[in-house]
Formats: sequence, structure tokens, C-alpha cells
Amino acid sequence: MTLRRKLEEKFFRVLTALVALLVVFVLAHILYTIISKGASSLSWEILSQEPKGGFYMGGGGGIVNAIAGSFYLAIGASILAFIVSLPVALFINIYLIRYRRLLIGVRFFLDVLWGIPSIVYGAFAFTIMIFFGLRNSLGAGIVTVGALIAPIMIRAMDEVLKTIPIGLQEASYSLGSTKTETAYKIFFKQALPGFATAVLLAFGRGIGDAASVLFTAGYTDHVPRNLSDPTATLPLSIFFQLGSPIEEVQNRAYAAAIVLTFIVLCISITARVLYRKK
Amino acid sequence: MSIKTTIPVISKEAAHFQVVPGEVPVLNIRNLNVRSKNAQILKNINLVVPKNKITVLLGPSGCGKTTLLKCMNRLTDLYSELKLDGSIEIDGEDILSGKYDITQIRQKMGLVMQRPFPLPMSIYDNIAYGLKIKGIRKKSIISEKVEKHLREVALWDEVKDRLKTSAQRLSIGQQQRLCLARGLAVEPEIILADEPTSALDPISSRVIEEEFLKLKADYTIILVTHILRQAKRLADFVVFMYYGEIVEYGPASEIFENPKTDILKEYLRVGH
Repeated sequence: MTLRRKLEEKFFRVLTALVALLVVFVLAHILYTIISKGASSLSWEILSQEPKGGFYMGGGGGIVNAIAGSFYLAIGASILAFIVSLPVALFINIYLIRYRRLLIGVRFFLDVLWGIPSIVYGAFAFTIMIFFGLRNSLGAGIVTVGALIAPIMIRAMDEVLKTIPIGLQEASYSLGSTKTETAYKIFFKQALPGFATAVLLAFGRGIGDAASVLFTAGYTDHVPRNLSDPTATLPLSIFFQLGSPIEEVQNRAYAAAIVLTFIVLCISITARVLYRKK
Repeated sequence: MSIKTTIPVISKEAAHFQVVPGEVPVLNIRNLNVRSKNAQILKNINLVVPKNKITVLLGPSGCGKTTLLKCMNRLTDLYSELKLDGSIEIDGEDILSGKYDITQIRQKMGLVMQRPFPLPMSIYDNIAYGLKIKGIRKKSIISEKVEKHLREVALWDEVKDRLKTSAQRLSIGQQQRLCLARGLAVEPEIILADEPTSALDPISSRVIEEEFLKLKADYTIILVTHILRQAKRLADFVVFMYYGEIVEYGPASEIFENPKTDILKEYLRVGH
């Protein structure tokens, strides 16, 4: 090897290692910041109680309204998105598979939907709510977040279905299956572990999103009792508390951030494990 | 069984591939052409497949054997770029005409592929699946048929204690026999086999070959292979294909001992 090539080799090896380290460092630093600032405020009271009077001024209580609200919202949205995504993903891979151009178009369209900022979904849903005279509510939040995560779920399912070998499809048809039978009896079963991953990915995205719920789900100090109640969410809980000038309240925002990060990390790791087991 | 039917002569040049005196035809292909965007994959195929015999489609890779096989149960539908014309008649129905229910036509044929693709369910359900699709609901009948067809492919003794476990955990040789049994369970008239032993070890291959020799008493078998020795072991009739055309067709003994064309002579010489 010439000296130039040796140097080139060394330079790029060091460069890639440094960039990789940087990414790890950023993640570690985020975790360090929220833990160092929030851990002291993390208590059973925070996790289990609704905000009491003067909570945002440093009063007692907790953020269970936001924790429960976020779960209700993300679970509801994931179920809704799943109901929409499953038929779409199967349709793409069973029926559209013969039409190459249309297939590419549909996938592109879904990727565009994926890329639309969540605040746009929020604003869009908000205009519809105004039109129908609806108030901020858990239901509206579920629909909005559902619309936000559906393209993610569809594309994730689509990627799983794409890996099913054409041979399995041929085997199914050659036994006399219809397309519907092939979709729901063969493809669905074959892709089930991957689908679980897709749902969890979308769930993780939904639970962490602030902008789409800002106008649609509202905010409240209470755990919602039905779909027409407004609901608090963890991202907005962090947002409102972090805006406070009082340090104790700010630290509680970090505690909420620890909770949210922990939930999202758990979901990501579960999704990975499920995907590997496939 | 030996009802002698006169075989219709379609055209003069096609007649060359038709004459199989004394055989009962089950599948009748006439003037079949298959084109893709920029190539003609099959050219003017005329072929009559005789009942209860093993007809081997022989030829080098890429000569259109697999495509021809896939035309027979219209799996070609899955590939939008393929354009078919001509006719393929089974029981007097032209399956390419689009008049008939394709799922029922496909059940007249059991397909065994190069690699086994067990359905993502238990061993038992792999066989039961086709039966349920046919509308058989009674559990006792299904169980009985599952056993019968697993015995038919000599798999019963190996799996009878774990029928409820996933079929994807079987060895590849067992999977291939399961796929054969699965195809037999829908009670087809014809077995289409596309290089069924190409992914298998020699012992599993031999088991499959022996199954075919037994099964021809009840079924018509169309086997694609590029293994000359396998063709010699199994074939009653041989169709030799080259670049999308049928070059020679006839009883195995005649094809192997008296090849007429130079291409086939060369293929037999090199392939031996």
C-alpha cells in the first residue's frame, strides 16, 4: 500500500469512530441531563397523583394525569391505526404487487405522509374540529395521533410483508386459496411477529409526540374518564412545567421526561427483541 | 382405465408432439405463447400430457420449463409482465379463457416447488388448510385425510407425535414431503413438480423420487428437472425444451436412445 492509501485508511477509520462516539455521547448526555435534574423529583407521589392546587407553582401532587393520558391516547391511536394499516399493508402486497408503477407511487405517497410534521396533523385536525364544533378531547387526540402514526405503521408492516418469499404466495395460490385467504390466513400469520414490531414502533412515535395533541387533546389536571374529556399527555406536561420559572417545577418536568424516555426505550427494545425472534 | 381416446391432431407441425398412441390425455396445450416485455419466453408450445404417467420437462436452465409449468395452474397471473395466448385444456376447460374459477382449477393441480414453503402453521394445519378451503369442515374427515396423505409421502411415522408443532421446524427434506402431501390433500389430478429435489440431499431426493414412482398410479405427474439421471430414472415421456421451444417429445426410451436433433444429442452427451 502506498503511504497515501494508508493515511486515507487511517483517517476514515478514525473519522467514522469519532462520529459514532459523538452519537453515543449525545444520547448519553441527554439521559444524564434528564436523570441528574429529574431523579430527585421522581417519587411515588409524582407517579401516582393528579396535580393538586398550585402544582405548577410548586404545589403538591403528581403527573399521573399525563402518564395515564399518554397511555390512553397512544393505545387508542395504535388500535385505530392498526385497524386501518392492516388492510392497507395487505392490499399493497397482495393486489398492488402486480402493478409496479402504482406500487412505487403508493409507497412514495406513504413516505410523504410519514414525513409531514406532526404539528400539521394537529392543525389539520383542529380545523376539522372547529368545523364540527368539537372540543379538545381524548377522542380527537386519538384520531389525530392515529392519523399521524398510521403511515408509519403501514410502511413498517409493508417492509415485513415484502420479505415474504414469492414461493409462499405461490404455494398458497396453488392450493386454491383466494387472494383474501392468502392475505389473512397466510401473510398475516407469517408476518405476525413483524407486525408486533410495527405496532410498537408506531406506538412509541405516538406517545412521544407533543405537537399533534397540542390543539386536539387539550390539557387537564384529571385522568380522562371518557373519550369526550380532554386529556393531559407527557410531552405537554413536560412543556408546561419546563416553562415555569420555579426550579422545583422545572425539575418535575425532567422527572416527567425520565418517565417518557423510559417508556419509549422499553418499547423500542421490546420491538427489537420481537423483530430478532422472528 | 385403458379407455382409448383418439387424440385430436391440431396442426401439421404440432402433430409431431401429439402422437402418443394408446395414452389418455389429461392436459392439452395448444399454440401457447408467453411473452414478457422484451422477450418471448415460450414459443408455440403444443403438448398433450398423458394420464397416470410421469412426463418430464427437460432442458437447460432458462429454457422456459418453469414458466411452462406455472402456466398450467396460472401462477403466471402473479407476474404482470407475462402475456399468455393459446389454450391449456384440462377436462375440456380452457383455463386461460378466464371463464372458470381459477381457485378450482388450481385445486386440480398440486404444486411442488424447488424449495419447500410450508405454510406458517402446524404440520397438521398445513394439510388441513387445503381441505378447509375446499369446504370440508368435519373434523373426523380432516384428521383421516391428514393421516392418509402424510402416509402417502412416508412422513406419518416421523411426525405423528408432533402434528401440532410448527411445520417450519421440520428438516428441509421433511418439509418438501409435507408440501407434496399438502398438494395431494386437495386431491388433484395432476402433480406439478418444479425441480422438487434441487434443494435436497441425495437421500431425501431419493425418497421423493420413489414417492413419485408410486404416486403415478393415481396421479399424472409433470416434472421439471435439469438432472439427466433423474429424468432417466423417472420419465415415461420426455419433453426436451430449448430456448422456449419444444425440440423433441416422446417416450423416454426413444428420447434417450434415439435423439433426433443435434441439440438433444449434445445435451445427452454433456449431461451424462
